[in-house]
Amino acid sequence: MLLDVQNLSKRFEAVTILDGVSLSLAIGESVALTGESGSGKSTLLHIIAGLEPADGGEVTVDGIALSTLKDAGRARLRRDDIGIVFQQFNLIPSLNIAQNLLFQARLAGRDANLSALAEQLGLSEHLSKYPEQLSGGQQQRVAIGRAIAARPKLVLADEPTGNLDETTGDAVFDLLLQSAKETGAGLLIVTHSERLASRSNRRLHLRQGRIQQ
Amino acid sequence: MTAAALHALLSHWRRKPFQLVTLVLGLALATALWAGVQAINAEARKSYDDAANVLGGSQVIVDSAGAQIAPDAYATLRRNGWKVSPIVDGWVAGSEGRVRLLGIDPLTLSPGTPTRGALEDIELTDFLGSQGRILTSPATATRLENFGARVQKVEGLAPGLALVDLSGAAALLEQSGYDRLELDPEQPLSQTPLKEIAPSLIIKAPDSAGDLARLTDSFHLNLTAFGLLSFAVGLFIVNGAVGLAFEQRRPVFRTLRALGVPARNLVFLLVVELLILALIAGAIGVVLGYFIAAFLLPDVAATLRGLYGATIDGALTLSPLWWLSGLAIAILGTALAALTHLVQVARLKPLAAAQPRAWALASESVMRMQLIVATLCLATSLFAGLVGGGLVGGFVLLAGLLLTAALALPTALSIILRGAERLSRGVLSEWFWADTRQQLPGLSLALMALLLALAANIGVGTMVGSFRLTFTGWLDQRLASELYVTAESEAEVTDLIAFLEPRTDAILPIWHTDAEVLGAPAEIYGIVDHPTYRENWPLLSALPNVWDRIAIGEGALINEQLGRREDIAPGDVIAMPGGWETEVLGVYSDYGNPMGQVILPTSTLTTRYSDIDRTDFGLRVSRGNVDAVRTSLTEDFGLPAENIIDQASIKSFSIDVFDRTFAVSAALNVLTLAVAGFAILTSLLTIAAMRLPQLAPIWALGIPRHILARAELIRALILAAVTFVLAVPVGLLLAWVLLAVINVEAFGWRLPMHFFPADWAWLALLSLLAAGLASLWPARRLATRPPADLIRVFSHER
Repeated sequence: MLLDVQNLSKRFEAVTILDGVSLSLAIGESVALTGESGSGKSTLLHIIAGLEPADGGEVTVDGIALSTLKDAGRARLRRDDIGIVFQQFNLIPSLNIAQNLLFQARLAGRDANLSALAEQLGLSEHLSKYPEQLSGGQQQRVAIGRAIAARPKLVLADEPTGNLDETTGDAVFDLLLQSAKETGAGLLIVTHSERLASRSNRRLHLRQGRIQQ
Repeated sequence: MTAAALHALLSHWRRKPFQLVTLVLGLALATALWAGVQAINAEARKSYDDAANVLGGSQVIVDSAGAQIAPDAYATLRRNGWKVSPIVDGWVAGSEGRVRLLGIDPLTLSPGTPTRGALEDIELTDFLGSQGRILTSPATATRLENFGARVQKVEGLAPGLALVDLSGAAALLEQSGYDRLELDPEQPLSQTPLKEIAPSLIIKAPDSAGDLARLTDSFHLNLTAFGLLSFAVGLFIVNGAVGLAFEQRRPVFRTLRALGVPARNLVFLLVVELLILALIAGAIGVVLGYFIAAFLLPDVAATLRGLYGATIDGALTLSPLWWLSGLAIAILGTALAALTHLVQVARLKPLAAAQPRAWALASESVMRMQLIVATLCLATSLFAGLVGGGLVGGFVLLAGLLLTAALALPTALSIILRGAERLSRGVLSEWFWADTRQQLPGLSLALMALLLALAANIGVGTMVGSFRLTFTGWLDQRLASELYVTAESEAEVTDLIAFLEPRTDAILPIWHTDAEVLGAPAEIYGIVDHPTYRENWPLLSALPNVWDRIAIGEGALINEQLGRREDIAPGDVIAMPGGWETEVLGVYSDYGNPMGQVILPTSTLTTRYSDIDRTDFGLRVSRGNVDAVRTSLTEDFGLPAENIIDQASIKSFSIDVFDRTFAVSAALNVLTLAVAGFAILTSLLTIAAMRLPQLAPIWALGIPRHILARAELIRALILAAVTFVLAVPVGLLLAWVLLAVINVEAFGWRLPMHFFPADWAWLALLSLLAAGLASLWPARRLATRPPADLIRVFSHER
């Protein structure tokens, strides 16, 4: 199993965000996580990425339990094995598109075929541009490219289409599914859209901190 | 509406207290340095005015050859209808240094003169007579304790000056003649012309105090320039703080506009807010300025005494006008710093989207505009400095060069960082250089302030260092005699020479007289032909066989100041007081002397002039014999110990005077650098708050916080280091302007330029330390920042 989440809990002061969440993800599988605003989707994703600690339970990525890792270990895991796609793209404004695409791959010390990647993402003409010179959809393509260029085992996408119009969102979602499939990565994608969620292999719904199959 | 809107605007400061402190402190520091310098200038000018009131004010009659005026000549003038009053002017030894003594005759002095005014509350019978009262200011009275109860304190007299009855002055100075006769402004219509009754006397306006003001103008201009530089550096902080506060409140501005607050009202409220802040900061700054002035004033007094012989009071007495002008400059500074931001708010559209400030500022067009302004600045300053000339032209050149360098700095840094980015290997270093370049707009104001402070440090340091090196070398040449003695009176001179002849290798008379040469006060010295002069005298330029020709009385030597002021070179002929001319055979350096000087053979001096001080001698003694000669002079001859000075004492005294002279520059240098360091700290801290959204994704991609923090620290150090490297040529250019333009205009001498790499290394270390310390706090905050803060960046997306 690529990702195994067992009985995860998280509270913010008196509010329970996650209450005994368990889920699993196989290699090459895509899972869509839906839920209303405030249901804990992003928090779950952050805990899986090692960005935030859980109050209880365990997350295991490719056989490594996050609770056994310190800050540097969790950073290494993110760098080497996890690709993250944010809703706001979070590209690095000081680097051009080519540099942004290769950023995480180079951090992980891996080679990546830039021209093939750019071709696949439809960004070949924009490689020397800077993020603010691209449209939202193009920027999200770069973010997806950055996440998959390092060929991570797990891709986590937090509302990747939340800032895009429907047409662009559909294209980006398809690109994400296709890219994950081609690299054999497991994909956990958080979305509001039931329509898009239905395109993934499996759907999970988070409600009041609990998974409802 | 107004109250609610103002409340909304002011609530920002409650949430951002550090920003408020930065703004107030930046403005207070800027005001403090400016107000401090102004306080010093005001105090010095007040002293000059007091001196001018007593020493000048009306025309005087003097001897054209600089000799004393005999009482008979005075009586002749009075008999022929001239309303004049005699003045005796000299120096007496007080318990703490020398004091200028002015002997006056209150009975003949015009009632309207300021000197007479000082006697208003004095019982005249107590003042008159050779044992009458000595009037002086309270500050100077402490220096005349050796005169006991004779000393009476009065207000309104210049510091360092004592007023006494004519007969009292004559007794104390052991002279029978008068130095000048003060002319009553109201003279009778019928007078016998002066030429007919006293051909050797001439009428002139006594401008010694005016000269002082003119001479010291350059020093005060120098101080003002430093104050202005510090003020400008402080304004960088204010501009940064105001800019950030406006940027962060941009959504509030938009909301207020959308809710119906007109742009005009919004700007008005912001002006009110800034006015309140400026008044608070200005008040703090003025108080700080008072302390700075009080701290620096003793050194300034020493400088003016050492360089110009001007005496100023050691205590501050500040007028309400100074306090008000301090507040006014704080308001003006705030207005200058906030003007562009206020214009932006005035033009803000209610539905305008927020622009990322950093990128907007970083845009090529902003840098291009800065470069255009820099080029214009350079052209203007070069024109003013090279074509306009003069002291003001020199300072315009100086300011223009500094401004040019500051404005061109972001472009230069951007080019350097782009080059480093191209040469970098590895993704993190690539990101580091690109990211550093992106931070440039946010840091450029602080870096410009740092550049100005560093360049000023290097420039002034090089100038002072070059001056010191030249000065000490010059002292070695000039003070060649091992001992300098002063006979107690001219009657003692023959005995003294007879006593010294068998004990010394040579006795060199240092006789001189004071006179007016080419329309300005000057000293005329006489020397004998001796290898001491031939081998050591610091000649800058000379005709062939200069010493042989001087020895036979064929010409004179003049000092550099006189040569530059009157544009005289070797070979020119100058008119000497007493109506004769002589050829200039050489020009010598004479640092630290505000007056012109002429050197003649002793025989010519004694032939041409009668009123000569013949009591000073330089003694050439073998090194091992110095103590023995000194002891025998005091014990066997009976010369007071204070009349014998050895070469080492004069040198150490001169170096001490020199070092105190430039202590003010050093203090202002340190203060300016401190302000620049504070500017970096505030910029880094304000940027740190805006950096979170930029750094959070990098952290999320797997770069730990401590590496990001280390990168922030290294970035500040690299930027400070590159700024320092760029500041070195700017500083050296500044030093060149100071040495070759300002010094020549202000003091009349040009100095060779020396380089002091060890000082630069020390300064580099200081600037790195300042940048390191300034970045340590924001870096540490980043390293220890809870992950929750970084995650909030992503959570805020929704």
